[in-house]
Amino acid sequence: MSDNVMDEAVTASTVKKSYVRPLDFKNGRVDMNHGAGGRAASQLIEELFVKAFDNELLRQGNDGAVFAPPALPAGARLVMATDAHVVSPLFFPGGDVGCLSVHGTVNDLAMSGAKPLYLTASFILEEGFALADLKRVVESMAAAARDAGVPIVTGDTKVVERGKGDGVFISTTGLGVVAPDVDIGGANARAGDVILLSGTVGEHGVAVLSQRESLQFETSIASDTAALHELVAAMLAAAPGAVRVLRDPTRGGLATTLNEIARQSGVGMVLEEAQIPVLPQVDAACELLGLDPLYIANEGKLIAVCAPEQAAAVLAAMRAHPLGAKAERIGVVTEDPHHFVQMNTRFGGRRMVDWLSGEQLPRIC
Amino acid sequence: MKYIDEFRDGELARQIAVRIAAEAKPERNYSFMEFCGGHTHAISRYGVDSLLPANVRMVHGPGCPVCVLPIGRIDMAIRLALEHDAIVCCYGDTLRVPASDGLSLMKAKARGGDIRMVYSPSDALAIARDNPAREVVFFAIGFETTTPPTAAAIRSAQQQGLKNFSVLCCHVLTPAAIAHVLNSPEVKKYGTVPIDGFVGPAHVSIVIGSAPYEPFAQEYMKPVVIAGFEPLDVMQAILMLIRQVNEGRAEVENEFTRAVTRDGNWIAIDLMDEIFELRAAFEWRGLGEVPLSALRICGKYAQFDAERRFPLEYAPVADNKACECGAILRGVKRPTDCKIFGTVCTPENPVGSCMVSSEGACAAHYSYGRFRSIPVVAETVTEAAA
Repeated sequence: MSDNVMDEAVTASTVKKSYVRPLDFKNGRVDMNHGAGGRAASQLIEELFVKAFDNELLRQGNDGAVFAPPALPAGARLVMATDAHVVSPLFFPGGDVGCLSVHGTVNDLAMSGAKPLYLTASFILEEGFALADLKRVVESMAAAARDAGVPIVTGDTKVVERGKGDGVFISTTGLGVVAPDVDIGGANARAGDVILLSGTVGEHGVAVLSQRESLQFETSIASDTAALHELVAAMLAAAPGAVRVLRDPTRGGLATTLNEIARQSGVGMVLEEAQIPVLPQVDAACELLGLDPLYIANEGKLIAVCAPEQAAAVLAAMRAHPLGAKAERIGVVTEDPHHFVQMNTRFGGRRMVDWLSGEQLPRIC
Repeated sequence: MKYIDEFRDGELARQIAVRIAAEAKPERNYSFMEFCGGHTHAISRYGVDSLLPANVRMVHGPGCPVCVLPIGRIDMAIRLALEHDAIVCCYGDTLRVPASDGLSLMKAKARGGDIRMVYSPSDALAIARDNPAREVVFFAIGFETTTPPTAAAIRSAQQQGLKNFSVLCCHVLTPAAIAHVLNSPEVKKYGTVPIDGFVGPAHVSIVIGSAPYEPFAQEYMKPVVIAGFEPLDVMQAILMLIRQVNEGRAEVENEFTRAVTRDGNWIAIDLMDEIFELRAAFEWRGLGEVPLSALRICGKYAQFDAERRFPLEYAPVADNKACECGAILRGVKRPTDCKIFGTVCTPENPVGSCMVSSEGACAAHYSYGRFRSIPVVAETVTEAAA
């Protein structure tokens, strides 16, 4: 009997881990220790982040990920992008802040025409945040990174006191490489170019709104959040040199993004409302709330401004990809010293599609 | 969307546009005021203006409840939050309206005021129930459309015995304001107000009916057509107004028969009569003091009246002198006639009432139609590329 006790003690003393209680992912909560840099922080990193994101560079466990740069052909360039993700609620139909934080930065890289290589992730956690929710977010993030084929190679975790955060904020930074013959930028649109849109607009914003505590309406609308780099690769391959501008219409929606491009390129635009795809459910929700789908956020759509003679080839490549199946040609770039984005309405009239002023707020009646 | 798409049919719009062009007499001009911001929004958003002949002009009237809210009233709501520590609940589009001292409700929120956007007064009631230790004030604005829900909330608060709920009542009345546009002392200053008829607000008439406009139409000899808020409703109303003008009639006609009756909704009217009483006068932003144009909570429900519950004095705040809102809201001037339109006064930095909400006359022209007042060199290129 005593021998057995001794044996166990000896075994325990040599295997340190058995003294450390594993994280309670069922009922546990983030506390200040998880951000203090000590054993609790290390445990959170080991048991959650490293396990979920697992890859060779992260496993090195150093402060930074050390890797050799990819062999780049002459004229190829590196692209870096960074994005912070705050969303309320953290979970919504079709996604959560975790997958959003991967897709957001992958798409920022893709909008330069880049192939994304690596991501970093920085977490700001609020004291009291349920570990179960954190695990759900991290696993969603890991799945999104795996699906996109872009590893998360280094990161950071901080904890702020209760009331000073909103559950979790995630910042991601991405590194990518753009091929020598690709020249994509917001200032490249020219009069006569064609404007393509990869699919229906407004789903992400409406899906998030539907879960807000003050609204909570029932809907079948799910966020469109997705990584778009493979769609971009297919477009670039279909018509080399044809794509001049790529932009994902996230906050501010389609309208704001087109105004940004018009200003950067010093051009105007004329859109055809009848060609802009909007799901009837999104239209209905916007109608109810007094919002305009053109200003609602998207997370899995892109706008492409293309040379007119190759626009059909780019559009065909978009439609051949699942994320561009509902792509449409929505308008043309014009000469306009005022950089106005105008639209021929489905009703038969003409109006401007202006910048969003501040946040889009529901109208009183 | 059934029951909506039918009223946005481009082909039907073209047919009505052809009729309007055929019936509008080329030798005269027609000016019609759409009173309600909802109509202004529909006209701008669907480009209805561009389907009208040049001699038919739409004037955007003072019917945007956010625009006509005077600065002093927003100051009161801000004081409730910042000085009296009340939870102030308001509709979303009041958040950005500029107030005194460079503030707005949104900026007051950033300074620590507990200001919450709600979608209905019943949301504010729920907040009051959930926060029994705090005073909760609903900042009630709007025309007859939004008044019955406020009345219902006050009655519910009484029935539930809520002690911490009150309403800062800024509800205003449509018929009084329409009459004021044609009848105010300022009209002498501007000369004749060039308005041949009115597109009447449908949502208001769902509540009060079409009858309240009849004395007005007779007294001022101006036709009124009550119209829905879909673009086809507005176009049909314009056609009906042109016909009345051509035939020398000045009647109240109802285009929106699918929801509006002559007598309105008596349940809502009775409820409003029970809870509210007329104010002798109320300041409208851009129009000044308008007699008998607004409501306050009557004595029986005084405990729910924030103006009596808190030490709140209304202090009028003058609009910028360069602002032409008064003339624009009466149809005497166009937004582009104002020196500060689009320069100092923009949707990001609204100076005058017409620029405040997206439904205001100047904001609508700025956001949807300013390309019309600037020569655009795009057309030839567009055609070539299409």
